[in-house]
Amino acid sequence: MIPATFDYHAPSTLDEALQLLARHGDAAKLLAGGHSLIPAMRFRLAQPEILIDLNKLDGLRYVREEGNVLAIGAMTPEAWLEESAVVQQRYPLLADAVSVIADPLVRNRGTVGGNLAHADPANDQPAVMLAYGATIVAQGPGGRRNIAIDDFFVNLFESSLQPGEIMLDIRVPAPGASSGGAYVKMERKVGDYATSAVAVQLTMNGPTISAARVALTNVNPVPMRSPGAEAALVGKAATEEAFEAAGKAAAAECDPSSDLRGSADYKRDVTRVLAKRAIRRAVARAQGRS
Amino acid sequence: MSTHKISVDVNGTPQSGEVDSRMLLVHFLREELRMTGTHIGCDTTSCGACTVILNGRAVKSCTVFAVQADGAKVETVEGLEQGGTLHPLQEGFWEKHGLQCGYCTPGMLMCAKYLLSKNPDPSEAEIRAGISGNLCRCTGYNNIVEAIRYAAEKMATPQEVAR
Amino acid sequence: MNHVADRFEKHSPVPEGSSANVPTTDELRITTPPKVCGMGHRMKRKEDPRFIRGRGNYVDDVKLPGMLHMDIVRSPYAHAKILKIDASEALKIPGVLAVITGEDLKKAGNLHWMPTLMSDTQMVLPIDKVVYQAQEVCAIIATDRYIAADAIEKVVVDYEPLPVVVDPFEALKDNVIVRDDKELKTNHIWHWEAGDKEATDQVFKDAATVIEEKMHIPRIHVSSIETCGMVANYDTAMQHMQIYMTSQAPHAHRTVFALVSGLPEHKIQIISPDIGGGFGGKVPVYPGYVICAVASLVTGKPVKWVEDRSENLQADSFARDYHITCRLAADKDGKITGMQVKTLADHGAADAAANPSKFPAGLFSIATGSYDMKAAHIEVDAAYTNKPPGGVAYRCSFRVTEAVHMIERMTDVLAHQLGEDPAAFRMKNFIKPEQFPYKSPTGWDYDSGNYHAALQKAMDVIGYHDLRKEQAEKRARGELMGIGISSFTEVVGAGPSRDYDILGIKMFDSAEIRIHPTGKAIARFGTKSQGQGHETTYAQILAEELGLPAQDIQVEEGDTDTAPYGLGTYASRSTPTAGAAAAMAARKIRAKAKKIAAYLLEVNEDDLEWKVDRFEVKGAPDQHKTIQDIAFAAYTNHPPGMEAGLEATDYYDPPNLTFPFGSYICVVDIDKGTGEVKVRRFVAVDDCGNIINPMVVEGQIHGGLTMGLAPALFEEIVYDENGQNLSGTFSDYLLPTAMETPKWETDRTITPSPHHPIGAKGVGESPTVGAPPAIANAVVDALWHLGVRHIDIPITPQKVWKLLRAKGVND
Repeated sequence: MIPATFDYHAPSTLDEALQLLARHGDAAKLLAGGHSLIPAMRFRLAQPEILIDLNKLDGLRYVREEGNVLAIGAMTPEAWLEESAVVQQRYPLLADAVSVIADPLVRNRGTVGGNLAHADPANDQPAVMLAYGATIVAQGPGGRRNIAIDDFFVNLFESSLQPGEIMLDIRVPAPGASSGGAYVKMERKVGDYATSAVAVQLTMNGPTISAARVALTNVNPVPMRSPGAEAALVGKAATEEAFEAAGKAAAAECDPSSDLRGSADYKRDVTRVLAKRAIRRAVARAQGRS
Repeated sequence: MSTHKISVDVNGTPQSGEVDSRMLLVHFLREELRMTGTHIGCDTTSCGACTVILNGRAVKSCTVFAVQADGAKVETVEGLEQGGTLHPLQEGFWEKHGLQCGYCTPGMLMCAKYLLSKNPDPSEAEIRAGISGNLCRCTGYNNIVEAIRYAAEKMATPQEVAR
Repeated sequence: MNHVADRFEKHSPVPEGSSANVPTTDELRITTPPKVCGMGHRMKRKEDPRFIRGRGNYVDDVKLPGMLHMDIVRSPYAHAKILKIDASEALKIPGVLAVITGEDLKKAGNLHWMPTLMSDTQMVLPIDKVVYQAQEVCAIIATDRYIAADAIEKVVVDYEPLPVVVDPFEALKDNVIVRDDKELKTNHIWHWEAGDKEATDQVFKDAATVIEEKMHIPRIHVSSIETCGMVANYDTAMQHMQIYMTSQAPHAHRTVFALVSGLPEHKIQIISPDIGGGFGGKVPVYPGYVICAVASLVTGKPVKWVEDRSENLQADSFARDYHITCRLAADKDGKITGMQVKTLADHGAADAAANPSKFPAGLFSIATGSYDMKAAHIEVDAAYTNKPPGGVAYRCSFRVTEAVHMIERMTDVLAHQLGEDPAAFRMKNFIKPEQFPYKSPTGWDYDSGNYHAALQKAMDVIGYHDLRKEQAEKRARGELMGIGISSFTEVVGAGPSRDYDILGIKMFDSAEIRIHPTGKAIARFGTKSQGQGHETTYAQILAEELGLPAQDIQVEEGDTDTAPYGLGTYASRSTPTAGAAAAMAARKIRAKAKKIAAYLLEVNEDDLEWKVDRFEVKGAPDQHKTIQDIAFAAYTNHPPGMEAGLEATDYYDPPNLTFPFGSYICVVDIDKGTGEVKVRRFVAVDDCGNIINPMVVEGQIHGGLTMGLAPALFEEIVYDENGQNLSGTFSDYLLPTAMETPKWETDRTITPSPHHPIGAKGVGESPTVGAPPAIANAVVDALWHLGVRHIDIPITPQKVWKLLRAKGVND
């Protein structure tokens, strides 16, 4: 399996990358970790004329707290998050997720930005960032802009990044007091995409859930939040009944396709089960029980 | 199609070549440098037979273009043995029967080297997780886990100073 | 229906004296010191120094001067007429030298068809139609593999899609004919029976209990991590064809190539270098090999062809695909009395199995397993479908896996239905140790066995009764835990020449030993290791027999110009056949060595006795000659009238097959929410007779168990209704990683084979054969109280979930 031919550029500055992108337009594809793009190219499902490799942009590789925000450079490999003490201690939802993305070697190369920009509902970071309510920072010919994650995923494999724009970083709001998050994924084996996975980030006020965001992986054509699940939780006591109601809502709102991972019905029910488990774990974490 | 002059430090030796932009790193190693220890087992970045260490991180060299390794340090199985002394992992795989057909072995060894660089004392569960991007069809993994534990213990023991 | 059962004779009786009742032990038999390292020693493998350094030499590592590369255009349709192949655009690409089509092969001497190892025929390249998706359509020869890959994209093939038949039951209706090249326009290939129908019918009439289950053992694929490939190097001056090939059976392949191509056999050299796993997938001759060899003949240059993984998964060597209906009868005491089986085998577009020619369904009639029953009757029909040629191998080629899965599942169902503990039920129904040698109702002569000992050991090791208590407690809490047993009987070591041949070539195997003057040796074999460790274990057999240190013995296989003829390595046959040949050849050498020792010591041969590595004068051990002394003398001071040298060759024709066995116990926990099955523990007690190298045996068992886990829970080749392979990459064909694989716990009993020269039996396939029913039985055991009797493998989470929800279990 050999990719078709292409021209290759590896800009060493962001400006250079933006200029190349402006010059080549649709003919060019950005290359981040390449772990979705290169296999697609080897099968000749993708045949870009020009690749603009962002791997020399070392300035886009970081994970750090900036005030009340976790800033992740778009070119940061997933493995950096696994190794980040900040992520492990303060962002358990993200920590859960990065340990189950693909496999350890893929995580050494695959980037957070690439995982999001591909806008693949099977990828894990979209649901994670939806649950966090992250902000994407992008720069293009028109300058720099912030994109709320809720506005980022437009269609299957289509984000709201405009032609000529490059993602710079992902800004994750730091969870407040009495907050907890969790990512629960079912996969057929390590390295597989999720059969279903559920990302939950919530805040407790005493026994009551005061805020919640619930997002789903690989059970919808577009990465999605489940408003019904969130509504079933917010303002409710953290009880198994509430969790079940949220799980049912998530199952009802998603739109999975049937494939070798299972039928649509199966995936819906698994989504219900996983949602309950993710919520249960998030609540426990918010209450300092785990 | 563009071609590129690249320079790569492979196992401490500078190597250079002119490559098409589409040439995969694994083919550069195997075909251009004739270092055939790194193998190819799939086309979906699944099997890990092609694992090398690129700038300190284990990666699947079938999913990196050779041109991307320009200026980088690449470690392959051929570089494990130093001055006629086997790496503790090579010893461990031999001692513990961590290989059968040998085809996944170079990738496993490089993955294990990376794993121990990050976690010098991994538990069985951590080893299993650490090698979960590498497929072996022969060993059922039991003895690979043992082999990596052997190496970890050996590397933790201070070597006797030769008089 | 074309009943061609007459073609396939029943197997002949085993000669007298080749079976005996032998005692079982747990203890390894070690008779040599570590310096010699004969049988029983955990010797580190002699082949490993090259593999751990990345210096193995696999086919894709071979690079010859001026070598060209081949890539293959494959059909997107499972059944279609080929109207036109236009390669003109491809040929315009610089570096593209040639296209090879079916028409070209036809002109080259009807090479567009080839025989399969089951005496069926298979297209090399098609002339008029394709019969499965990913079938080879034409090939491109180019100077570089990247250019060849570009060129196949530019070949335009006009297809006219034809109706597709994927389901073998549908195929038997003959509405769509897959093989219209055949005289008989039917998809029915053959019908085969074993056992006594009348006696079995009577047993079922008399039965107190009869159970029936339908099961499908689905298509799976061996997926050795190295795919298949070849470098063909035709020397036009010497008219000599040198071939590097991923071959488990290089000698047989040389003969097939000679017969197909018309090249004289002495002008063909097949070298099977290091092989990155075989498991049976490198036994068949694939079209790519033939085209590659033709490409070298045509161009006069070396040509390399190495499959991609997706090509390998979509076009090569499928195993299993048996649709089984099985009935079991029992008397009022819960004693199994009989078995009735009807099976439909889906062979895809050709019967490309590699079974001995008398056995179209392989050794499937071993299906009565470890149980003593009065009668059995087994029928198999085979059908063509629009799928790649199947019926080959997955670490067991001869259908023993299908047979064992069936009997072990049925035994469990019957035990549960009768309300008996599955372990106790097995103990009651096992063939008893004193019944060996045992004649099975389908005619097999089991050489030895002690099934009670193996199961008891497995139960002791895993703590069976405590697990049953834990299960009861958990069930009371609504948790789902299951315990599954498989007490399998394998049949390997094909085989005796009176019954076993591949394309007429008898299934002996061979060893040739040469001892050099300084007491070092080289030994060559007709088999071919693909990871089994022959360089080590054969050396240990010779060390055992000759007293030469195993380190001093170089073992070689795989080069047809140097190794003696043999049928190769598959079906766990290397130790039973070539391993026996090693011992027999060594004994010939020892006989000559004795004469030399007698001459040197000036005594009568009868006054000498063999001790580990020397002949001693009886009662005077200081008067002796070591094997090294004797070797030197064989070249420097041999007795007058005796030929110089110390060499021997043996072609070993086994008197019977060997019957390894074992008992496996598996514990699973089931997730009520997702249906996921987690294997918590797995204890495997194997009995493969005398052990040559326990480390190698354990390694074989670990790997084999993993290849039993895989089809039980993960792997399946799935087709849609158009015959499109939906699992044609490692993204969807799910090889277990270290995370899905449990830590295997192994143990052993040793019941030596009474007829094998060193009492060994073979072990490579046993765990792959025995493990799947242990896992399936554990899952069903966890769900039996809900009314679940059977689940087809692979037991995917969705299948379990569906049953759970249907039975009202939720999370």
